[in-house]
Amino acid sequence: MIPFEYHAPATVGDAVAMLAARDGAKLLAGGQSLVPALTYRLARPGVLVDINALPLADVVRTNGHVRLGALVRHHVLEESPDVRRWCPLLAEAVAYVGNARVRTLGTLGGSLAHADPAAELPVAMVALDARFAAVGAAGSREIPAGEFFRAPLTTALAADEILTAVDVPVTRGAGTAFVELARRPGDFPLVSVAAVVAVDRAGRVADARVVFGGLAGAPQRSAPAEDALRGHEPTPERIAAAAHAARRALRPETDVFASGAYRAHLAEVLARRALRTATNRALTVEVR
Amino acid sequence: MIVRFTLNGRPREVETEPHRTLLDVLRDTLGQLEAKEGCAEGACGACTVLLDGRPASSCLTLVPLVEGRRVTTVRGLERDGRLHPLQESFVAHGAVQCGFCTPGVLLTALWYVEKNPGADREQIRQALGGNLCRCTGYTKIVDAIEAWSRRATAEAGP
Ligand SMILES: Cc1cc2nc3c(=O)[nH]c(=O)nc-3n(C[C@H](O)[C@H](O)[C@H](O)COP(=O)(O)OP(=O)(O)OC[C@H]3O[C@@H](n4cnc5c(N)ncnc54)[C@H](O)[C@@H]3O)c2cc1C
Ligand code: FES
Ligand code: FES
Repeated sequence: MIPFEYHAPATVGDAVAMLAARDGAKLLAGGQSLVPALTYRLARPGVLVDINALPLADVVRTNGHVRLGALVRHHVLEESPDVRRWCPLLAEAVAYVGNARVRTLGTLGGSLAHADPAAELPVAMVALDARFAAVGAAGSREIPAGEFFRAPLTTALAADEILTAVDVPVTRGAGTAFVELARRPGDFPLVSVAAVVAVDRAGRVADARVVFGGLAGAPQRSAPAEDALRGHEPTPERIAAAAHAARRALRPETDVFASGAYRAHLAEVLARRALRTATNRALTVEVR
Repeated sequence: MIVRFTLNGRPREVETEPHRTLLDVLRDTLGQLEAKEGCAEGACGACTVLLDGRPASSCLTLVPLVEGRRVTTVRGLERDGRLHPLQESFVAHGAVQCGFCTPGVLLTALWYVEKNPGADREQIRQALGGNLCRCTGYTKIVDAIEAWSRRATAEAGP
C-alpha cells in the first residue's frame, strides 16, 4: 500500500471541504472495496478522508419512509427491526453480500457509491425507488436511485460529493423478493433480481417492479415484465409470461464468468422465482 | 499516528501509520502471529479477528478504524491457560491439519454459535462460507463445531 495523508473529519461540511480542496482525495467508509484497491495499488489517493466519525449511521423511520444513513453497516441493514419490517427487500438482499466479515464493516453508502455492476444493494434500491441524498461543495441535492447508477463503478456523484443518506419508501401492502445466483456463496452474483408486487382488492397486480443486476453496467429495470403483470391476476402462467418478456428484451454481455446466453436464461428463471415469492408475500400481507 | 485499542482484554497503544492494516500491526508491530495472511483481499478468512465481537478481516481493516475498539484474536479464547471448549472439540475431532485456517474458523464459529445457540450443520456450513480450508475438507471442522454447539446448548438447559 502506498502511504497517504489521512484525515478523519467530524462533520460532513469538513469532509466535503477536504474532498473539494485536494485533487485525488478519496473517502474511506468500511474499506471493503477500497482497501483491496489500495493493497493492489489500483487506487493511489494522495489523501484519504475517513468518514467513519460522521453522524451518518442511523436508521430512522419517518412518515412513509425509512431513512438510512450512508454509514449504516451491512449487518445492521440485515438485522434492523425497522428494515426487516418496513423494507424487508433490503434485509433479504444484503444477506447475500460477501461474507460475515464484509458485512461487519461494509457500509450502505460505500456499496452504492462503489457501484459494482453485480452488487445487490443498487438493484434493491432501484426496485424500491429510493432517493439518495448527497452533499457537495455546491450544496445538497437528491438523486432518484434510477438516475444514480451510470456505468460500472460510475455514479451521478461529483468528485466532491458525499452520499449522506438514502430515503426508502416503505413497501407496506406490497410483497418483495430478492433472488440471485452466484458460483459460490459470498461471491458477487452472475445475475440477481429484485421484485416488488402490489396486489389490489380484486386480486390484480396494481403495481410491479422488476430490476436485474449483473446484466449490464448498472441495474436494469424491466418495463416489459412490469407491463405484462400490471392489471392482471398474478397467476403462475402470467408470471412465467412476464419473466419471458423480460428475457426477450435483454441482451446481456458475455464475460469471463458467464456467457450472455446463460445470463439471459438465468434472468428468466430468477425473475420467475422472485415474482412468485413477491406475489405470495403480497397476498399474505393483504390478509394480515 | 497513535492508535489505542483493546487486544484480548488488554489495553494497547501502538505507534503506527494510517496506511497499515490491523493485520500488519498485529503481526509486524505486536508480534501476534495467530492472525494469518492468506489472500489479503477479504475472501479467505485466515486473518479473521473479532471486532467488538463481530468477525472482521484484519487484512481489510485500516488500523485507524480500530481506535477505541475491542479486538479479539484466537489467543483471547483461552481461560486461565486452558483451551476454550470449542478448541478442545477441534482437538478431539481432529479438525486441524496445517492449522493455517484454524484461528479464523474458531473465531467465526464462536461468534456464530453464540449468536445462534444449537445451530445445525447446514447453518454452520453457511456461517463458515467465508473461511477457506485447504486441508480438512471441512467435515471434521463442522463435526467439531456441531458437537460443541450441542453440548453448549445441553449445558445451558431448556
Ligand atoms: C470478499 C468480499 C466479497 C464481497 N462480496 C460482495 C457481494 O457479494 N456483493 C456486494 O454488493 N459487495 C460485495 N463486496 C463489497 C462490499 O459490499 C463493500 O463493503 C462495498 O462495496 C463498499 O462499502 P465500504 O463501506 O466498504 O466502502 P469503501 O471500500 O470504504 O469505499 C468504496 C468506494 O466508495 C466511496 N465511498 C464510500 N462511502 C462513500 C459515501 N458515503 N459517499 C461517496 N463515496 C463513498 C469510497 O471513496 C470508495 O471509492 C465484497 C467485498 C469483499 C472484500
Ligand atoms: S487474508 Fe484477510 S481474508 Fe484472506
Ligand atoms: S487446516 Fe490447513 S487450511 Fe485448514
